[in-house]
Amino acid sequence: MENPKELKYTKEHEWVKVEEDNVVIGVTDFAQHLLTDIVFVELPEMGKEIEQGKPFMVIESVKSVSDVYASVSGKISKVNEDLQDNSGLVNDDPFGRGWLVKVKIKDAKEIDKLMSAEEYEKFCKEEENK
Amino acid sequence: MITIFEKSKGGVSAIEILKLDVPDTGRIPKELERDFLELPEVSEIEVIRHYIQLSRRNFGVDLGFYPLGSCTMKYSPKINEEIANFEGFSGLHPYVPLSFSQGSLKLMYGLSSFLKEISGMDAVSLQPAAGAHGELTGIMIMKVYFEKKQEKRTKIMIPDSAHGTNPATVTMCGFTCMQVKSSSKGSLDIDDLKAKIDSDTVGLMLTNPNTLGIFDENILEIIKIVHDNGSLVYCDGANLNANMGIVRVGDLGFDMIHFNLHKTFSTPHGCGGPGSGPLGVKEYLAEFLPNPTIIEEKNGGRESYKLDYSKNSIGKVKAFYGNFTVLVKAYAYIMGLGAEGIKNAAENAVLNANYMMSKLKKHYNLPYDRICQHEFVIDDSRMENNVTTNDIAKRLLDYGFHAPTVYFPLIVKGAMMIEPTETESKETLDRFCDVMIKIKEESKTDQDKVKNAPWKMPVKRVDAVKAARELDVVFNK
Repeated sequence: MENPKELKYTKEHEWVKVEEDNVVIGVTDFAQHLLTDIVFVELPEMGKEIEQGKPFMVIESVKSVSDVYASVSGKISKVNEDLQDNSGLVNDDPFGRGWLVKVKIKDAKEIDKLMSAEEYEKFCKEEENK
Repeated sequence: MITIFEKSKGGVSAIEILKLDVPDTGRIPKELERDFLELPEVSEIEVIRHYIQLSRRNFGVDLGFYPLGSCTMKYSPKINEEIANFEGFSGLHPYVPLSFSQGSLKLMYGLSSFLKEISGMDAVSLQPAAGAHGELTGIMIMKVYFEKKQEKRTKIMIPDSAHGTNPATVTMCGFTCMQVKSSSKGSLDIDDLKAKIDSDTVGLMLTNPNTLGIFDENILEIIKIVHDNGSLVYCDGANLNANMGIVRVGDLGFDMIHFNLHKTFSTPHGCGGPGSGPLGVKEYLAEFLPNPTIIEEKNGGRESYKLDYSKNSIGKVKAFYGNFTVLVKAYAYIMGLGAEGIKNAAENAVLNANYMMSKLKKHYNLPYDRICQHEFVIDDSRMENNVTTNDIAKRLLDYGFHAPTVYFPLIVKGAMMIEPTETESKETLDRFCDVMIKIKEESKTDQDKVKNAPWKMPVKRVDAVKAARELDVVFNK
């Protein structure tokens, strides 16, 4: 699956989509492949303050329990309720219906620090060769 | 398999419940009375058959080889069980006056002395009930140590190869974890340690040998770096079976260590308990150990044993004295082997692991190819037809072996961590290696046989995704 050009990416394999002063956060196709079949998504509470680089929610797959790191700092403004009944959406459609949360961002400058699709693909190649 | 509830038939009973033959005082509130309980109604022979059948589906080290890495599933001599069952030990009530329990106190004092001798520590608490409990006790002691010095520190360093209990302990104690990388040789990356250690560092938790079965050749330098920073070093003693009687962690400079009596010292591991995880510390930390500790007094050539309470103790971590019968087994085991025997056990554990490693590395990828200690880690990267570690583990069950520890340590992709222990014969090690080599062959010629294993087990390949997504854990008739 291709990494959409309009998104921004992190080294922890999350993607960020900017929608005015909110951003949508999800995990990438590369990440869902590594995680294998996802069986549970522990969504954060609405209004929770999150800090860039710090874990703020958990994804559980058949293989492991993994932290999801905040791509930006801010406040959780919406969570993807659909994942409660169907966590497999993250596997099936990571860039679409498998989105995780929406965040009201604190500092738009943080987004500039994230990678472009091109940079992220290069990063993944390096990870694979490790 | 049919559950005991499904076998239940109305009106059948294995016991006869007698009629109430004393006056009913009516003291049980009416609303709590029930006239029906959902208990199985089965005859005595059905109960016996049901549980004997269940027990026959069990697997333990008394049935076959169990090379579960980092778990030390060695054979625990039955004589030690017998000794622990002596009435004087098993029937002893913890509230018995000290004058009546001098023998048991002497045993605990003696065991503490043995553990001090083996580890090079100055004081021991026998209270913790398991390895992780020993860790918790140790990190709580680090906390009060710095509180007493009025230093505020918050971070504990943990290698990326550590047992999962280490970060859990750190978090439980209110500290934050800082991960330290492993080097390409599988030991701690000293540059990363130097880069991350600072005035906020409480200490380092280290398993040595680590979960790759590698003894850290830089251990003296590592401990010096941590001590120069004013921080403490905790030794996770889970892998003590590799070097007991050979290396004393206290001499290396470690400040504390826990012992897993339930793996290293003759109580079967993983039987659902009870376990025992005593903590040994250096002199300057002894005042913080859980209360009470046992002391020896000599009056005119006659020893007596008393309980000692320290005012700076972190408090009790377990009722009474810890899991006493596990202590008895450890004492009997150490007495039985003696100093030479303890050392021989460790040497044979290491020899067995190296023997298997050198046989298997011709067929399986060995990511850290160097002499190992009591265990080693191979992976599935050389397997054909996308056969994975999970498939190999399941296929091993068909051949009558328990699988090794899989997918751990996390730094090796598709890890299989094999620990044979000292109690297995060369023939058993050879049989296991032959089967591993055969499974590799099968995965080339008959991959479905491996990918759909196990075939001979009562439970076949489980659909892990379905089981987790459609969680159903309640029995409904």
